[in-house]
This record gives sequence, structure tokens and C-alpha cells, in this order.
Amino acid sequence: MTRGKEEQRREILVLGIGNLLWADEGFGVRAVEAMQQGYVFPPRVRLLDGGTQGLYLLHHVQAARRLIVFDAVDYGLPPGTLKIVLNEEVPAFLGVKKMSLHQTGFQEVLACARLTGRYPEELVLIGVQPVELDDFGGSLREPVKAQLGPAIGVALGWLENWEVRAEPRAAPDRIDGHGLDLAAYEGQRPSERAACRRGAPRFLAARGGSEG
Amino acid sequence: MSAYETQGFKLDNSGKRVVVDPVTRIEGHLRVEVNLDGDNVIRNAVSTGTMWRGLEIILKGRDPRDAWAFTQRICGVCTGTHALTSVRAVEDALDIKIPENANIIRNLMHATLYAHDHLVHFYHLHALDWVDVVSALKADPKATSTLAQSISSWPLSSPGYFRELQERLKRFVESGQLGPFTNGYWGHPAYKLPPEANLMAVAHYLEALDFQREIVKVQTVFGGKNPHPNWLVGGVPCPINLDHTGAVGAINMERLDLVVGIIDRTIQFVDQVYIPDLLAVASFYKDWAKWGGGLASQNVLAYGEFPDQANDYTNASLLMPRGAIAGGNLKEVHDVDLKDPQQVQEFVTHSWYRYPDEAKGLHPFEGLTEPDFVLGKNTKGSKTDIRELDEGAKYSWIKAPRWRGHAMEVGPLARFLVGYAHGIPEFKEPVEMVLHKLDLPLSALFSTLGRTAARGLECSWAAHRMRYFYDKLVASIKAGNTATANVDKWEPVSWPKEARGVGFSEAPRGALGHWLKIKDTKIDSYQCVVPTTWNGSPRDAAGKIGPFEASLLDTPVAQADQPLEILRTLHSFDPCLACSTHVMSPGGEELSNVLVR
Repeated sequence: MTRGKEEQRREILVLGIGNLLWADEGFGVRAVEAMQQGYVFPPRVRLLDGGTQGLYLLHHVQAARRLIVFDAVDYGLPPGTLKIVLNEEVPAFLGVKKMSLHQTGFQEVLACARLTGRYPEELVLIGVQPVELDDFGGSLREPVKAQLGPAIGVALGWLENWEVRAEPRAAPDRIDGHGLDLAAYEGQRPSERAACRRGAPRFLAARGGSEG
Repeated sequence: MSAYETQGFKLDNSGKRVVVDPVTRIEGHLRVEVNLDGDNVIRNAVSTGTMWRGLEIILKGRDPRDAWAFTQRICGVCTGTHALTSVRAVEDALDIKIPENANIIRNLMHATLYAHDHLVHFYHLHALDWVDVVSALKADPKATSTLAQSISSWPLSSPGYFRELQERLKRFVESGQLGPFTNGYWGHPAYKLPPEANLMAVAHYLEALDFQREIVKVQTVFGGKNPHPNWLVGGVPCPINLDHTGAVGAINMERLDLVVGIIDRTIQFVDQVYIPDLLAVASFYKDWAKWGGGLASQNVLAYGEFPDQANDYTNASLLMPRGAIAGGNLKEVHDVDLKDPQQVQEFVTHSWYRYPDEAKGLHPFEGLTEPDFVLGKNTKGSKTDIRELDEGAKYSWIKAPRWRGHAMEVGPLARFLVGYAHGIPEFKEPVEMVLHKLDLPLSALFSTLGRTAARGLECSWAAHRMRYFYDKLVASIKAGNTATANVDKWEPVSWPKEARGVGFSEAPRGALGHWLKIKDTKIDSYQCVVPTTWNGSPRDAAGKIGPFEASLLDTPVAQADQPLEILRTLHSFDPCLACSTHVMSPGGEELSNVLVR
């Protein structure tokens, strides 16, 4: 890698990952969305809704000298607990026996970044232990939603360590719109009765043969 | 134990059962179970989607103009395709005509997605089924250089380049971090490439990783951002303003220059790296022209794609033609009508859904998505821990779509066969070139090798079409045409009380359809039939098997506990099911579990 490319790096990337259609899986995306709505950042900070793009996020990660990632994490903690993981502890391991590219998780993105020699110097994972994942079309559960503020606080703390000042925004800014922003997403959801949404096997098993 | 014949295949599930199940945090995606006979040949195959998709249900009651944003979140890779299909469905329902520029830009974005998706699939998913990374450490860099220079004029081919790369790889492996190469079946007897070919392929794996980030910038230019580019019912959301240099998001000369540079480099990479690699690797795996064909020699389906004329979705306009081939008769291409209730139908006899009459299929306009999770009496395990499925009963969350009663393969091979059968030179000639270079007959197309080759040829086709669409866009703009959206029917007051429409596309991995009904300005019903629904289909009321199941039959497996052969064939379809949740766990997740029973 050349020195020139190094200098082109956007210094700090704040990345939210996850699928916002799967309840608490949307935590990462909602966190970065709320951060964007609440604050203005200098140009060397970039906020990105990474969704479930997997490997397609690689170049963003490669371009960052410092990386903050919001995500749902399974560390076996009580649901709704924030978990901060730093640098080498963030797992950078993933297998190749995938059935589909969609299983390219974020660990693989990190592994590829390392393989190509363009790995962030500092990496902060701000995770939350989910309450509920098996609810397609659902939103964040209250204990997880309540951690959006503290999670953003942690991110702002790291930015401050890196001498970045975030200015609170006078009026909220929207990242996406299109019915996916939190209020519309939650407000326009059909009732559980209208939409038999508890489709995951263990719920169906629990419901027995009852009609949806 | 039961044995029966269907579609020319003999099924027998009496042998040893092998389960390949990618285990993910939530119910997973695709699981395959096969039975091996005494010689380790696959005699029965069971493909099952292990995750329930409720997209149809969460869209109910939403604004149809927002549906694209939801559908592009189903999935991590097919984002653009779902969005495109969704806006087409709404435009069809409301009879909205899009401007010429919008059509060209959509085509350009979609061709870009093809080139990007196929390249990433080949190098970063599929190549490792054929390339032994660890063997590359044994290669002679000088011989690797000679090999590389004998197959392509690609400049990164010096002995020093391969030596440096091999050193890097060595350090990586010695540090105990195989990274993306962890968990491969390295050293498996089914790997046939010499070390030099392995090293060359690993080098191109890394180059492709680097290059793919270039391609995606095209989506950012036209979609405003990436990931999750913006789409718009009625056109595209990017204004054109050639004279303006500072307008945020507007298409100007500077942006167009960026795009054309990327296009030219894409063509170069695909034609000088991907295609030569494909041919070189294939020459060592010609036995894979015998296996993995499944239904490809019988029934294939393409909805068609890339309308050259805006709003004309007939074969007169589609650059990639629509059609169905049935019974292996390449002399006759049947027309396909997605609104005809007799053509596309979904069955649930073997799927975890309930219909009033499960002997019959339902057209997606009348589709029902009512879950019914019951297991057959021969299932081993429990509802929360299925150890072995009973394929005689319901066994998948995927419905079984059929075209006029036939199970159909979709994807690049299907599209090339339909193009070939139509006699279109740009599909016919590359196919003949590959067969000639590999010295294989036409029948070799109906195989794992043929499917993988078709994807490479299509990547090249798409890269060249990117240039075509770019030139067309520039000509259109220079002729004074700057409209990119038609918003005449944007306001719901202009809509009829009830409307229905179909949006279709050819996703990189195959035919995709969205069937939409609008009532009182809201979505009343939304049914998606995605490519992997076709290819991963379970059996139907008549016991007919789907493409994945058929493709695995009769394939010999070298080692039952390392079924690389199964992965090779399944990966050749580029499978995708509504995806993708990724909860990080300490120490990494084991993604794929192979169980031999």
C-alpha cells in the first residue's frame, strides 16, 4: 500500500450494522441513525448505515484509521446490556464453508481488511445484548432502545479521545426516510393479528395449532 | 425407506444421511440433506429453507412508494435488485411511464450490480471450492508467472509479484490467522489445481477484493449513496445538470467521467483476469461437466432483463430475453406471462404453509402465506432441533414455484440457454468459445461447470453492456434530454381505488418477481418469488424435485464428512435466501456444520 492511499483515508468511520427488519438486530443501524439525527460532525468523521452488506463494506473499513461499530452482540449477557469490545478482542474470524455470500459477516470483513493490510489502527465495538431477534418487521425492544443514548454517549466519548467535537444539531436530520425511519417503521406496522408475524419455528411450536 | 423416480432421476433415501446445515444465530438459511449409497454416490437430496420469510406480511398496509426501501433490506447483496423489482411492480400497477434517462440509468446500475456480484461470488465464495489456498504456499513464483503470462496479458504477473504475495500469505498462515480462509477443506483430494494455479488464483482473489470497491462507486453516483442506494417510483432520484459542478447529487460531467473510468477498468478486469482464470481452473475440472446439471438440461426459465426501450418489457426490447425452455427442447422457447394464473404457481404440499387445497398451486396474486410448521412422522429430532427431515412430509420454509407445472432452474445458465435458444449471437458465441477452448460438447453446459462458466460469461456481457448504457446515457443527455423522473402520479389521490401489478427482474442469481395489490392507496398484498425459491424449491404435490435437489443426485462424494462436492454444486447456483442476521459471538461462529448419520 502506498503512502498516498494512506493519506486519503477518511480518518474515523462510525458504522452501524444489522438488519433493521429483525427487531433488536436493527440496533446498530438505529444507533448510527440517532447519532446522525442528533449531532453534526467534522468532515473527517463519517457515519454509515452498513445494513447487512457484509463484504461490500470492506472498502469503508479499509479506508478508516479508526473504526467504531454499533451492532447487536451475543456475549451471553443479560438482554439489554451494553458491551464494549476493543481492538484485538473484536473477533476477526470466519469460515469459508458458506452457503451464501449473505453469511459474510462482519468478522469476515475484518479478516479481509487484515489480509489486505489495511486494518483500522483502533477499533471499538459498541454492542448490545439483544432481547428479541425472531420478530420480522418488529422494532427495538424497550431495554435495547433505552441503550441507544448510552451507546451514543460511549461513541462520543471515544470521538472526544480522538479530539473530535460533535455539535448537537438544532433540528434533526434524517438518514433514510422512506418509511424506514424509526417512527414510521413502528407507527405503520400492521397489528399482530392482521399479520401473523411470529413465524419462527419455536413460536409456532409454542402456539400449537392455533390460527394466526 | 422409500425409492421413486421423477423427472428422469431415481431417488433412494435408504443410504447414509449427510446433513449440511449452515448454522446461524437465527434459524439459518439453507440446509441440505443427502443420502449416500455404498459407493458414496448421492442418491437422494433434500433442500430446505430453514428460515421463515415474513416480508409479504410486514409490507401489508404500507405506502407502495416505500416498498422498495423495505425490500432492499431483506437481503445483504440483492438490495438493488429487490428495489428495482419493487418500483417496477408499483409502476406496472399504476401505469406509470418512466423517462428514457431513468431507464438507461436503471440498466446501467443493474448491469453494474451484475458485474460486481458475479465477480465477488466467483472469487470470494466459489473459487475457494476449487482453489486450495494452502497448496499455493508450495508454488514456484517463477512458474506461476509463466502460467499467468501464458493465459492473459494482465500486467500483474511478474515472478517478483507472486513471490511477494506468497510471502505475505505465508506470514498470514504462520501467524495462525487464516482469516477468510479459515475452515476450508484444504488438502481435500477433490482439489486438482497445481500449486502455481492455486497461487495465481489467490493473487486474483486479493486483486478482486481490491477491485470490487471501485465498481460499487457507480451505484453511489446514481443512487446518491451506497450501501442502500435510493430508488424512486417513476424514475431515478438523481437529477442531471451537466453545466453545474457543485450540485449535490446531480449528474455532471465530472461524475460521468468517474463512471466511465470505472466501466473501462471493469471490462479490463473481467476480460483479462476473471475469464482467463475461469478457463484455466475449468481445464483442471472437466469432470465437473458431468455432474451438477440437475434440471438445467430440461427446464430453465428467464423473465428477461435490460429493456432497451423505456417502458417496453417485451422481447423486442429486452436485451436479455425472456422465455422458458421445457423438456430440454432448445428449438422452442415458450413465452412467459407473469400475470397468467396458469403459468407461475406456488405449491406448499412440502412447505410449512397451509392452503385450503394443497393439491393445487396458487398464482402469486392469490398467494397465501399462512405458516403451518408440522413435521413428518419420520423426522428425527424435535421442532427446535431437527436432526433429520422427513421429506415425505412438509420440510421447508420455501414454497415450491412451478411454471406450467414444471420445476425450473433460474440464473445465469438459464439466461444463457434462453439467449442461446433464441439464437442471439452475444449469448451463443461466448458459449461456443468456452466449449471450444475446453474441448467440450454442448451437453457440458448442463453441469456445475456449465453454470459457473455461464456466470463468468455473463459478467463479461454485463461489463460491456455497462459501457453501452453509459454511451447511450451520454448521447441522450447531449441531445438535451435531462428528465429522470415522472411524478405525474406521485400523489395517491391520482391512483385508482384498487390496482395490481407485477414487477420482474433478473437478479444476478435468477428470475425475481414481486406481485403487488394496492387498495385504498396502501399495499393490500405483496408476494415475492425470489430466485432461490425456484432453485431451492422443495418437492411439489406430484413429488417433483427442485433444481438444487436434482443437481446433487448421482454425484460421487470423496469424503462424506467433508462434502466439498455438495458445496461446489450448490455454490454454482449462488444461493440466497432472505437473509442475513449476524450477531457477533466471542471466538467467531461456526458457520457450517456437517453431520454424518
